Amino acid sequence: MSPTREEQHWMYRNMVTSRRFEEAIAKIYFEGKSPAFNMANGPIPGEMHLSDGQEPVAVGVCAHLTPEDVVTATHRPHHQAIAKGVDLDKMAAEIFGKKTGLSGGRGGHMHLFDDDVNFACSGIIAQGMGPAVGAALSRKMQGKPGVAVAFVGEGAVNQGGWHEAMNLAAVWNLPFICVVEDNGWGISVSKETASSIGSHADRAAAYGIPGKRIEGNDPYAIFEAAGEAIARARAGEGPSLLECETYRLAGHFMGDAEAYRPEGEKDALFEKDPIPKMRERLLADGAASEAELNAIEEDSAARVDAAITFARESDDAAPEDALTAVFAA
Amino acid sequence: MTKPNERKLTIARAMAEATAQEMRIDPSVFVMGEDIGPLGGVYGNTRGLIEEFGAERIRDTPISETAFIGAAVGAAQDGMRPVVELMFVDFFGVCFDAIYNLMAKNIYFSGGNVKVPMVLMTSTGGGYSDGGQHSQCLYGTFAHLPGMKVVAPSNAYDAKGLMTAAMRDDSPVVYMYHKGLQGMGWLGTEAGATVHVPEEPYTLEIGKAKVVREGKDVSIVSCGMGVHNALKAAKKLEAQGVSAEVVDLVSLVPLDRETIRASVAKTGRLIVVDEDYMSYGLSGEIIASVTEHDISALKAAPKRVAFPDVPIPFARVMEQFCLPNPDKIVAAWDQMQAA
Repeated sequence: MSPTREEQHWMYRNMVTSRRFEEAIAKIYFEGKSPAFNMANGPIPGEMHLSDGQEPVAVGVCAHLTPEDVVTATHRPHHQAIAKGVDLDKMAAEIFGKKTGLSGGRGGHMHLFDDDVNFACSGIIAQGMGPAVGAALSRKMQGKPGVAVAFVGEGAVNQGGWHEAMNLAAVWNLPFICVVEDNGWGISVSKETASSIGSHADRAAAYGIPGKRIEGNDPYAIFEAAGEAIARARAGEGPSLLECETYRLAGHFMGDAEAYRPEGEKDALFEKDPIPKMRERLLADGAASEAELNAIEEDSAARVDAAITFARESDDAAPEDALTAVFAA
Repeated sequence: MTKPNERKLTIARAMAEATAQEMRIDPSVFVMGEDIGPLGGVYGNTRGLIEEFGAERIRDTPISETAFIGAAVGAAQDGMRPVVELMFVDFFGVCFDAIYNLMAKNIYFSGGNVKVPMVLMTSTGGGYSDGGQHSQCLYGTFAHLPGMKVVAPSNAYDAKGLMTAAMRDDSPVVYMYHKGLQGMGWLGTEAGATVHVPEEPYTLEIGKAKVVREGKDVSIVSCGMGVHNALKAAKKLEAQGVSAEVVDLVSLVPLDRETIRASVAKTGRLIVVDEDYMSYGLSGEIIASVTEHDISALKAAPKRVAFPDVPIPFARVMEQFCLPNPDKIVAAWDQMQAA
């Protein structure tokens, strides 16, 4: 299954929006953090995990999803949130800790929740798995349409909770897809150091479900594999496991010196930046004109600017609101 | 003695009845856990449910607490009302992230935009020589962490009302039932826990304590099994001419501080009985709730009868030495007088 022209444009648009968003966040993040870097300072305090380079996975999967489908994301959630259709204004405001943020500033960038598009996060490795499996169970029990996708990193596959959730999804034949974003690094520990096998897709055999590894950080190939897995889940045929090779063009978090990377690795990754690659392919395939791509890029930049402006101009969270919303109203 | 219109139930049966009644009227309620299907729960609290509701809504799970408690969170956020069982509270160590980082925090992280209507049932308590990984209470551990309501019934009437209230709550409720009160013959059962339970559904307000015995000389505050120890101690004290009031907390979160303070304001003395570990827990919290509010209410330094800060030992004599009992409560009163 290949993406239609419209789907290709949607994918490119979301990849560009995601990248422009990360670039904007990266720039603002360092405001107030120099000359001395103190994570607590500036308009965006705290840890910041950027998704530059990993956009193909988010768009290749989310191109098949509707708002009613469920996604659980990780500590590195921005590209997934954007591709799932999370409100960009509220998301930006949340990252700034503003009153108008998704949770009014209670969550922050690792805890983005948008109930309108069934998007949730956990900042703990592999712990989005259980809730996604549970959402899939809920849909099956209610006879309601929708699938659940858990995005995790390749490091999460070594967590016990990952295996528990995979087994549960398989033994109950749930409409669930686990998408592993293999960026090769768990903070500073390489996949080779941490994992006993090369392709985590092979682990699907342990649960008697289909598993597929997609090489090359290729949005078209990811689209195709995700389309099959999601169609399978929608047809009631059960869960699937996908591992997508991707590239972390940023550090683990902002401020990461990345001394653990082999020399030259990052330069090589930037050579393979998926956004210019997709642009070239769209033009080569005749799937988009230069003018169309320019328009998409301008729209994306404007959309991000508007979200950042909304966030900056919003009121700070009220300190005393910290004491509310612990329990359901 | 049973009156003609009385129907005595064990806590186990009261919990199962509440669950069945709610499942009949609310299709979003379902039960997940280990051995909760044909076995009916190791502690009997899901007995009879699979026969009525089938394996789709009464789901035996693999031994995967992280997965199925995490799944309950996701199902709850998606419109279901799961009731899940952590067979022994001691097992929380293998799945606490799903409990305190997901179940307890997702409402807050969403700014209240998602609800997490789920019940986490779990068995507590020792006294039957099951060793240090199957006998704890851990009330303080759960009650300490924000975002979870915590209830701990002492009798079947409260158990049914709390169970129904918990299933109807839009926030997560940890339902801690004591094995020694459950009415399972093989565990030995506190007779006082098996009481009249109305057949019709009803709810008990979560966060409301009860004065279960009125008195004027000392307030004995506890929950679960501790309430029965307190009531037995009160009888012994009565024989000495001492009038003890007994407060059953019923809920640990929210904690009904007003009822505790009102009782101590009346009696001027406080003994807290807690089967959980002594330090950094329930007993300290209750004493602080009184003393930080109005220390002049106290005529004597408060006392606590709690499990010492050691893992729960196996040998019967060692475990019984550590557990609270009525004599220890009477001794606490005596020490209060001697001071």
